[in-house]
Amino acid sequence: MLTFILKRLGLAVLVALTVSFISFVLLFLAGDPAAALAGETASGEDIEAIRRLYGFDRPMLVQYVDWLYSAVRGDFGESYYFRLPVASLIAERLSVTMTLGVCGITFALLTAVPLGVAAAIRPNSIIDRVALFLSVAGQAMPSFWFGLILIVVFAIQLGWLPPSGASSPAHFIMPTIVLGYYAMPAIMRLTRAGMLEVLSSDYIRTARAKGAPEGRVLFRHALRNAIIPVVSLAAVQMGFMLGGSIVVESIFALHGAGYLAWESIARNDLPTVQALILVFSMFYIVFTFLADVLNAWLDPRMRSS
Amino acid sequence: MALTESTDPLLQEITGPTPGQMLRKRVFGHQGLLFGGIVLGILLLVAIFAPLLAPHDPYAQSLMTRMEPPVFLGGTWEHPLGTDHLGRDYLSRLIYGARVSLMIGVIAALISGVIGTAMGVAAGYFGGRVDMVVTFLINVRLAMPVVLVALAVVAILGGSLQVVIVVLGLLLWDRFAVVMRASTLQVRGREYVAAARAIGASTPRVILSEIMPNIANNLIVVVTLEMAHAILLEAALSFLGLGVQPPTPSWGLMVSEGKNMMLFEPWLVLIPGAVLFLLVLAINLMGDGLRDVTAPDNRS
Repeated sequence: MLTFILKRLGLAVLVALTVSFISFVLLFLAGDPAAALAGETASGEDIEAIRRLYGFDRPMLVQYVDWLYSAVRGDFGESYYFRLPVASLIAERLSVTMTLGVCGITFALLTAVPLGVAAAIRPNSIIDRVALFLSVAGQAMPSFWFGLILIVVFAIQLGWLPPSGASSPAHFIMPTIVLGYYAMPAIMRLTRAGMLEVLSSDYIRTARAKGAPEGRVLFRHALRNAIIPVVSLAAVQMGFMLGGSIVVESIFALHGAGYLAWESIARNDLPTVQALILVFSMFYIVFTFLADVLNAWLDPRMRSS
Repeated sequence: MALTESTDPLLQEITGPTPGQMLRKRVFGHQGLLFGGIVLGILLLVAIFAPLLAPHDPYAQSLMTRMEPPVFLGGTWEHPLGTDHLGRDYLSRLIYGARVSLMIGVIAALISGVIGTAMGVAAGYFGGRVDMVVTFLINVRLAMPVVLVALAVVAILGGSLQVVIVVLGLLLWDRFAVVMRASTLQVRGREYVAAARAIGASTPRVILSEIMPNIANNLIVVVTLEMAHAILLEAALSFLGLGVQPPTPSWGLMVSEGKNMMLFEPWLVLIPGAVLFLLVLAINLMGDGLRDVTAPDNRS
């Protein structure tokens, strides 16, 4: 188990380094950061001075190592726009995004797992068909459109919920639904497939044969085993969702890290964009790492691969 | 010839339905596949014949007839779906928007399909170090937040249709690589591959004429999924203002432009979003249907 964790950890670090390098190269090719910093009215000499001051005249690899060395210590440089340390800027915004992510995945699990179980108990029934329809429709629904429809109906027409902002728990209801439904189809399909497989296995027949009540068979015996892969899928989806929160945060004007990313891209604020790409990919890497370890812990067969 | 196309009931009973008949029965018995295929077919025709179908120039502005409602909300047949905030005919923009979405879906899926299939097949066929490198690259790609990276790169290079297509094509190869690698691994050990090698077939020949035809059904399914993915992503990028730039009629952009007037004219947002939903739904249903129809274990 320990070897597995160490190997997996090594891979995670390597992936993180590669992602950071690729994103650095991408933004390095972006154009002249010195000119962006100096503004439109700056003279050529000013730009040259800024270039030397910030070290933009050094080779790319040197700049990358320098940036990485600071980033590892939690220093992502200064935002071109806010003139504040990027690290504190992101830390400040991250709580909104994390809250949204946790609410979203909870919503997805609470709706998808019962639906998946119900669909598996009676395959081809009405419930199964409704569940299938919801998952197919959910995958095709553009999240920004879904969010706008919710705003029109629940905020404007009915006036039940606030349309934008993040000042109360009610503000998080619509964003949670929009972010959560995105992860729902995959979780539901996996729950359904897992339950179907488990329900046809020998130990379920044994449990039924010895006269265990149906509810106990379904939840104590079947769901406990079918849920294992769902837990790790949920962890992976959580990593995806944090990256996908850009669209949701921009619709509902939630000032989280995703919103910051959108603003920073529009403002050409490269250090912030750079740091956010790294932070979002770190979330994904950490969550998939946790999912793999969890899987290996729950299912020893996974440790060998 | 006589055997396969025979209509003699006695002969048919002995030989059973031909593979072609079985396939036709599966295709026409699958509601999702039929619905998806028909809707996608119609939208494809609309995209191809856009200049003939559109009642107006999608770029022509008319400040005298701004924000006219659609026919079913009291508008006129001059503009069946009304006009937008610049007086441009909404139906014409919608029709030309089908071109943008489908073009992005098809070309981006082609680019990512070539990259991902090459990587996945190589990893599955050669194994060892090649597999290690490809698996690592897939992990790296999955760890990169797609929306964020696509937004940043498109913003840097400047939003245009070509840039969006290429960026999405270069980003969405992961599922191709994953699925093609797994499919190749499954097929690699089969007898016909060993037989081809035994008669001295070269590696490219084994891959192209033994492996590829046998994993093509999985490839088609991923193509549809990634087409849908690319179309949704383009719409999201354009909605955020960092994808295809105005005045190009992109459905995502139309939703974004209508957003400010959503309070009074909700149809400005509802119509382009609904068409987008329908297109992606049709592509997904077709993908699911193709998987059901071509998977050997679902044949009954």
